[in-house]
Amino acid sequence: MNITENLNGNQLCLSLEGRLDTTTAPELEKVTKSRLDGVTELVIDMKGLDYLSSAGLRVLLGAQKTMNKQGSMKVTHVNETIMEIFEVTGFGDILTIEK
Amino acid sequence: MKELTVDATVENITQVTAFVDEQLEELGCPVKAQMQIDIAIDELFGNIAHYAYHPKVGAATVRVEVVNEPLSVVVSFIDHGVPYDPLAREDPNVGLALEEREIGGLGIYMVKKSMDEITYEYREGQNILRIRKEI
Repeated sequence: MNITENLNGNQLCLSLEGRLDTTTAPELEKVTKSRLDGVTELVIDMKGLDYLSSAGLRVLLGAQKTMNKQGSMKVTHVNETIMEIFEVTGFGDILTIEK
Repeated sequence: MKELTVDATVENITQVTAFVDEQLEELGCPVKAQMQIDIAIDELFGNIAHYAYHPKVGAATVRVEVVNEPLSVVVSFIDHGVPYDPLAREDPNVGLALEEREIGGLGIYMVKKSMDEITYEYREGQNILRIRKEI
């Protein structure tokens, strides 16, 4: 998985490419644990993401909890497979999702 | 039928996924079904890697078969570790609010929801978990 970080003032956009799974979720967690100071708007762009597993959901949940305290978070460009995962797991109600 | 036996480690998930994907591509498996199977591999092989032989490392076999009526791919995950039936676990509550959310059990739940069939048996010292997906 590739992660591209784009910081614009207080907005941080993380563009993900590839697969967010057991192997790669720690890479995203490293970013969401170290780069969110002062960020009030977090965008996770999934345009290039094929799918995610529960390891990825865990990192998204952690990021959402952090952002609830300091601003907002949204997930964008979600494909059909990923949207189904969000719906089945109830994450559709927790996350702000833009297809 | 083709199978691959490797050490059950998180590092080997990529190799197992590539092995299964190769068979799926030969079969002309739809992309979405392939992604769902790949997710299942991450969850199920990942579980074996984390728990089956902990703290040691042991082998796991992944077998890919095709069955007819309806045309399906069956992927079996076989290990000799601690007997563990992931299907015995209660489904997680997916309606909880953010702060109460837990991730435990979500992986196997996702697999249950995306596959057409999932079975577990413990036989001759082996955990055998099978998933079937119509293609």
